[in-house]
Amino acid sequence: MGFNFRGAWSIYTREIMRALRTVFQSILAPVLTTSLYFIVFGAAIGSRMEAVDGVSYGAFIVPGLLLLTLLSESTSNASFGIYMPRFTGTIYELLSAPVGVAETLVGFVGAAATKSLILATIILTTATVFVDYEIAHPVLAIGYIMLVAAAFSLFGFILGIWADSFERLGIIPQLFLVPLTFLGGTFYSIDMLPEPWGTIAMFNPIVYLVNGLRWTFYGSSDVNIWVSFGLTVGFLAICVGVITFIFRTGWRLRS
Amino acid sequence: MQSILEISGLTKIYAGGFTALESVDLNITQGEIFALLGPNGAGKTTLIGAVCGLVKPTSGTIKAFGHDLSRDWRPARARIGLVPQELATDMFEAVWRAVSYSRGLFGLAPDAAKIEEILRSLSLWDKRDEQIRNLSGGMKRRVLIAKALAHEPELLFLDEPTAGVDVELRRDMWRLIGKLREGGTTVILTTHYIEEAEEMADRVGIIREGRILMVDEKSAMMARLGRTEALIELAQPLAEIPPVLSAFPLSLTDGGRQLCYRGGDGTGKGKEEVANLTKALVHADIDFTGIDIHESSLEDIFVDLVEERA
Ligand SMILES: Nc1ncnc2c1ncn2[C@@H]1O[C@H](COP(=O)(O)OP(=O)(O)O)[C@@H](O)[C@H]1O
Ligand SMILES: [Mg+2]
Repeated sequence: MGFNFRGAWSIYTREIMRALRTVFQSILAPVLTTSLYFIVFGAAIGSRMEAVDGVSYGAFIVPGLLLLTLLSESTSNASFGIYMPRFTGTIYELLSAPVGVAETLVGFVGAAATKSLILATIILTTATVFVDYEIAHPVLAIGYIMLVAAAFSLFGFILGIWADSFERLGIIPQLFLVPLTFLGGTFYSIDMLPEPWGTIAMFNPIVYLVNGLRWTFYGSSDVNIWVSFGLTVGFLAICVGVITFIFRTGWRLRS
Repeated sequence: MQSILEISGLTKIYAGGFTALESVDLNITQGEIFALLGPNGAGKTTLIGAVCGLVKPTSGTIKAFGHDLSRDWRPARARIGLVPQELATDMFEAVWRAVSYSRGLFGLAPDAAKIEEILRSLSLWDKRDEQIRNLSGGMKRRVLIAKALAHEPELLFLDEPTAGVDVELRRDMWRLIGKLREGGTTVILTTHYIEEAEEMADRVGIIREGRILMVDEKSAMMARLGRTEALIELAQPLAEIPPVLSAFPLSLTDGGRQLCYRGGDGTGKGKEEVANLTKALVHADIDFTGIDIHESSLEDIFVDLVEERA
């Protein structure tokens, strides 16, 4: 008996259904929040701002805002997905079933990533209402969005296993992801920062993610696109490694 | 009979340093109903957890269906079902969905007829579209049982299946276990209701402080440790046991007003001896006004055993 396809599929569909049950939290709320950003920064303020690198300000902030939502939603969806069974005790079933790290990742992380992709689609569609933008490399953009969604769903999964309280579950996204994304060049180009902030900003990994996505949209970015791509893949690989280790040792899963 | 679960030298020391299982050896044969009997904290749940993948053994080996669980766990787990002691369910899920999910999780194709059969056998059919949070505690436990049966396991663990459940559910449990036995399912249940073990089990294992004290056929255990107890109310108190009765295992209680017989071996030998004793009493002209005779239950045996080794 190799990979348990039905097992993975069961976890996946169940997670998707859980999202449908709470459609407001999982879809409408983030879309609403992002729309507000588009209205305020894109349409209202953006019309009075200069273009950045030849891209209108409203359009310039689209990839960053999309990424902001992608990171926080992927992380929280996946972390919640695995934290809840631990919290309620229903994890016993998962642990006693013929599913291992591969099935669990396909199920939980796949579902979290899928939700993020649906969200990305809705956000990008919503954005067209408020700002004019075009995507220079649509295929690469989709690929990059999928990569980021997968990487941060994996990260969220680790978070959900690490957390031993709801506070801890929320603290990483609130305390690190959101600030780093705001400071990561969502609303400005790193060039616009005075020194030493420009150099300091380069130590923020989110800068590379925002710029990677921005490059797929407008063909220009503050950093080398390959560095962005490499970092994202590297981050994803590290997360897979950590999760494999967690399953092998049973850390926080088996007593 | 074929052994489907072989546990040898299983030791579990929890992270805090507490030894919950100490070198446990246990063999379970196919098709039997095995009752693991022990007081709270004896290590029953830990033992089940070690087999089902919830607890990491510190040392020892567990083989199920011939697969070593530390390496070859996948095919083994697909054939094992678990009803946990604690009520743990996804509250917002509907009954039917929850049970179907379990089947899929264990790698089986959907089978609506099978799910229906399981739900009906547990009187859950009418509740199939109900969210689990709307069900009573007993109903929730039925859902857990249905989930454990959804993948038609050949080996089923029931951890304290009737602790805190109503009479009706307990009766349904018996029926269900009877049906599972007929279908060839091996059942391992833990309990501290001894009557349960007495009623249902083919074999009984007694566990205390992480050690298996004794494993035997229920009837053999009764024969080995069973006792007949007879209390004979005397018309006149006796100061001491008369020499003519010295062959019987007797003692005087209640200030000499009661003659107490303890003997036999649980096979009926005791009853015979009590009959002989009454004849001897009549013969010796010792008058008595009443006899209360009973066989000691597994419960008495259990209490004796646990106290003896304490
Ligand atoms: N996760 C754990 N960490 C530390 N000790 C534990 C843990 N789980 C159980 N124990 C201890 O191990 C002993 C056996 O517990 P358990 O297997 O649940 O017993 P039973 O099911 O027979 O009541 C108990 O003393 C309990 O406190
Ligand atoms: Mg227990």
